[in-house]
Amino acid sequence: MSIAAAIAETADEGPKGPPPKRRGRFIPYLLMLPGALWLGIFFLVPLVTLFLTSLQTPVAGGDVGQFEQTFNFANYPETLTDPNYYVPLFRSFLYSASATILALLIGYPLAYGIAFKAGRFRNVLLVMVIAPFFVSFILRTIAWRQILADEGPVVAVLRVIGLVGPTGGVYPSAIAVVAGLTYNFLPFMTLPIYASLERVDHRLVEAAGDLYASPWTGFRKVTLPLSMPGVVAGTLLTFIPAAGDYVNAALLGTPKNTMIGNRIEFTFLSVNDYPTAAVLSFILMASILIMVLLYVRRVGTEDLV
Amino acid sequence: MSVDTSTGQAAPERLSAGRRVRRWLGANALRVYMGIAFVYLLLPVAYTFLFSFNDAGRTNLTWQGFTFDNWLNPCGAPQVCQSVVNSLTLGLLVTLVATILGTLIAFALVRYRFRGRSTTNLLIFLPMATPEVVLGSSLLALFLNIFVPLGFWTVMIAHVMFCISFVVVTVKARLASLDPRLEQAAMDLYASEAQAFRRITLPLVAPGIAAAALLAFSLSFDDFIITNFNSGQFTTFPKFVYVSATRGIPPQANVIASAMFFIALALVVIGQVIGVRRRKG
Repeated sequence: MSIAAAIAETADEGPKGPPPKRRGRFIPYLLMLPGALWLGIFFLVPLVTLFLTSLQTPVAGGDVGQFEQTFNFANYPETLTDPNYYVPLFRSFLYSASATILALLIGYPLAYGIAFKAGRFRNVLLVMVIAPFFVSFILRTIAWRQILADEGPVVAVLRVIGLVGPTGGVYPSAIAVVAGLTYNFLPFMTLPIYASLERVDHRLVEAAGDLYASPWTGFRKVTLPLSMPGVVAGTLLTFIPAAGDYVNAALLGTPKNTMIGNRIEFTFLSVNDYPTAAVLSFILMASILIMVLLYVRRVGTEDLV
Repeated sequence: MSVDTSTGQAAPERLSAGRRVRRWLGANALRVYMGIAFVYLLLPVAYTFLFSFNDAGRTNLTWQGFTFDNWLNPCGAPQVCQSVVNSLTLGLLVTLVATILGTLIAFALVRYRFRGRSTTNLLIFLPMATPEVVLGSSLLALFLNIFVPLGFWTVMIAHVMFCISFVVVTVKARLASLDPRLEQAAMDLYASEAQAFRRITLPLVAPGIAAAALLAFSLSFDDFIITNFNSGQFTTFPKFVYVSATRGIPPQANVIASAMFFIALALVVIGQVIGVRRRKG
């Protein structure tokens, strides 16, 4: 049905498949060869190329975009100490962490309601969660411009409540960027949580009630822990793409809201400063990997792959 | 609903309006919350649809008035339809290749134990855990270093690369939930291994493969970031929309997006209805 559901599926491997065969030693390798080659050549090799590119320096007296391999590791500290780069990097993590928390706050009750309270409308509601995917995400992000514009409905309501002044607005701003990020990845949060909530055995919750647990305690001690694999999958599926996204910041923010993705894109495609862009890509990937590892270790679901 | 109950028990305790609202909210908090969440999810879709009727020339930003012209003339703006054709061609080819390669890997991973199995699992997982910006820029670095001209084929290579993993996990999930005894039963009834595979396994895995193919197509069709890095002059629909965002997006883009929304929705509904019928019959 969706990426999210598919990953949630792998997050806690369901019923075990048929007993693995041992004969035909070469068959699995033959089956995997074409796909593994594709990933090797077009995923792993490019990562190596990117790393080599990140150690290049400009050719002396050469044109823009001409670089030579000098294994200049100083590119890393140089880029990292430049506020043009570390500020957007920090901002990326701030925005994507905010979006992840917001998506969790919206997505968990939504998934819970669909799993336990929707009755025969369950499938309809599920389709409504994935329906946004049927419209190009760039157009949906642009629709947020119209919704959040000064003459749009959101600002009108906020002005009545008094949250923004009569001339104030929310687009373009950091709030609009975070709202857009939350919006774009909300289904990725909701679906895995739904997938793990759906498997929760109702009798366990009832048993907690029989043992005099209040509904809230029952939820906290039974349902919530059982849905943790979905929460972990959902937060990762939101945080990782949100941290690298640049479409929301470009369409809903000001230059003051640029994220690291915008910097990488601009440095790579407009400035043609490939080494710096490569350094930024590597730093982004490394910091995400470290954060994900720490997070997964802390939450305690190792069985992700 | 709240009105009914309050008129039913009119006399015993007189509740103030505020208290009644609070009581109703207490009972229906989750529903209200879900309603707001769905508004949040679907409002941009509604806006996209609404603005497909906007009587705006090239800059479809503010409401100018209602018209059917955009729907009657969906190719009216330059390049819109060409970009859609490009995206569809690309999507179909990517789906075909990624589904085949990914399904083969899924079979190898579920059906066999072999050296390097966990390494392969990691190789499948990594592209999904890598931000698109990194995937796109690293592949561009490769193409630049070996002087490959950018265009349709570089985008196709990139899309297949990031779609394979999603196909693998989708097919793998379906394959892992199959009852192995079905295949054994077929072989007990003198089916050869090939026959058992063709008559039993394949039909049972088919829905998983179909889901994976749909997923690959929608990922490819909607991708922007990786495409933007590796496409050169080649324009897909999302790229067309993004590039024209600075100058103003023609309302025809909204027409096409809305039409695709309803086609996809219809397909899902038909699929659900068929599924329900099968379960009943």
